[in-house]
Amino acid sequence: MQDLPDQLANGLALGALYGLIAIGYTMVYGIVQLINFAHGEIFMIGGFGALTAYLWLPDGTGMAVALPLMILLGVVCAVLVAIGAERFAYRPLRGGPRLSPLITAIGLSLALQQAVWAFYPEAKKARPFPQLGGGDLDLGFVALSREDLFIFVSAPVCMLALGLFVAKTRTGRAMQATSQDPDTAKLMGVNTDRIIVTAFAIGAAFAAVAAIAQGFKTGEVNFRMGFIAGLKAFTAAVLGGIGNIYGAMVGGLVLGVGEAMATAYIGDVPGLEQFGGGSWKDVWAFILLILVLLVRPQGILGERLADRA
Amino acid sequence: MALLEVEDLRVAYGKIEAVKGISFAVEAGEVVTLIGTNGAGKTTTLRTLSGLLKPATGKISFDGQPLDGVGAHKIVAMGLAHSPEGRRIFPRLSIEENLRLGAFLRKDPAGVADDIGSAYERFPILGERRRQAAGTLSGGEQQMLAMARALMSRPKLLMLDEPSMGLSPIMMQKIMSTIGELKAQGTTILLVEQNAQAALSLADHGHVMETGSITLSGTGEELMHDESVRKAYLGED
Ligand SMILES: Nc1ncnc2c1ncn2[C@@H]1O[C@H](COP(=O)(O)OP(=O)(O)OP(=O)(O)O)[C@@H](O)[C@H]1O
Ligand SMILES: [Mg+2]
Repeated sequence: MQDLPDQLANGLALGALYGLIAIGYTMVYGIVQLINFAHGEIFMIGGFGALTAYLWLPDGTGMAVALPLMILLGVVCAVLVAIGAERFAYRPLRGGPRLSPLITAIGLSLALQQAVWAFYPEAKKARPFPQLGGGDLDLGFVALSREDLFIFVSAPVCMLALGLFVAKTRTGRAMQATSQDPDTAKLMGVNTDRIIVTAFAIGAAFAAVAAIAQGFKTGEVNFRMGFIAGLKAFTAAVLGGIGNIYGAMVGGLVLGVGEAMATAYIGDVPGLEQFGGGSWKDVWAFILLILVLLVRPQGILGERLADRA
Repeated sequence: MALLEVEDLRVAYGKIEAVKGISFAVEAGEVVTLIGTNGAGKTTTLRTLSGLLKPATGKISFDGQPLDGVGAHKIVAMGLAHSPEGRRIFPRLSIEENLRLGAFLRKDPAGVADDIGSAYERFPILGERRRQAAGTLSGGEQQMLAMARALMSRPKLLMLDEPSMGLSPIMMQKIMSTIGELKAQGTTILLVEQNAQAALSLADHGHVMETGSITLSGTGEELMHDESVRKAYLGED
């Protein structure tokens, strides 16, 4: 087990990435009780937006210049698509049967994948994603790659900004009010439609950052990358307690570390040798979800449903 | 022209008509009460006035302007505040945050701070617990918060939906005397109550609602002495 610190760092990086995507599911759910199953595709579009920015830049542009522009275009693309999806796909269905937005989300996911493909004919195959370059940061007990550093910096920055926004700003307070009691929030003068759009936009921006992190980590983006990432992040949101923003990050970290540990060490357990290695990692993620939900159906930081009434 | 004018208002939930063509008015400075049994349509009427429900037909004008098609969040801005049935405070926000939400649309921070101060003077218990989650308050305290929150928008008309519901007799008295004080200060109030005795003794005008219609109207005094009202709502026979 000498590589435990490395596995832990790897799990935390993966988990922070899931957590960033999970924020989008949990914020939208917390406010409109809608699961935006097209969120994985919004994540994917963030990745392609960032790649596009990179490809537009002249060859040899340094990462110090390229990275901010990649984040900017990735976030802008993801946010615009999310706002469009809310406005034209979900809003008309609000107040209708619970199943309609779900079916819409599936259609929307396929449409978004095809749209990326149309803009980006090569997107059928994985597109190589630029790399940060530079050596590892050696902390003594563990060496962090530049790719992991990106997520270890961006995830806390995003979470801190979101936490301050929700707790301290006027719009943040209106957001909490809307999630607790939308009709009464309207009676206070809150334009709840605008709050819902804001939730979609924040979730999309975070997903775009996560997509860039994943692009760095895996060295590629492809137009199907939203499916499994979206599923994992949704799992993280449920694990942490859907509707709770800190729960989404905690759920992501638990999932990422659990997945990394299981992948690295289960094969060493006598009798479980055949379950070792990366091909089982998604299985461990869902087993973890089932185990947690058996003990805490409301998720790790979730409130009991009775408290939400 | 009265501050609020309602003309032949009809409201339906799907096919079920809950309000069947009612008309009434509230003059500036008045307290008007709607009384009536369970399911009469009082809450439906208030929720329609504040824009949470869309009327099927009818006219509502407030402060000289028609309200049809105006979103709920814009109606507050026009000066109509609604303290809803069941209090509906934001349980996981602090008392002070609840009050600040009541002033959500105001752009005068100094005035808002003053009004929060007045709310704490009116209800000292709210001031003592200003940082506490509103969900931890007792029912009566939550009702105080709901009223104080509605007042934070400095409304031209305050609508109160069953402020005494589920309260102890002492709390009920406290709430009713607060409404009396607000009236004395010139606040215009539309009060929905099941406690007809208390409501009618405060009201300049009252209307009795039964299954979606107004069946009887008069001054508070007249209704309090009306035989049918005494029988049906004041528990006399
Ligand atoms: N959301 C709803 N969907 C369908 N019907 C409703 C809904 N809300 C109220 N109703 C019906 O509309 C009618 C009027 O209800 P409303 O709540 O306005 O009465 P109320 O006078 O406020 O009664 P209470 O004194 O019990 O508060 C009732 O028959 C009620 O069952
Ligand atoms: Mg009612």
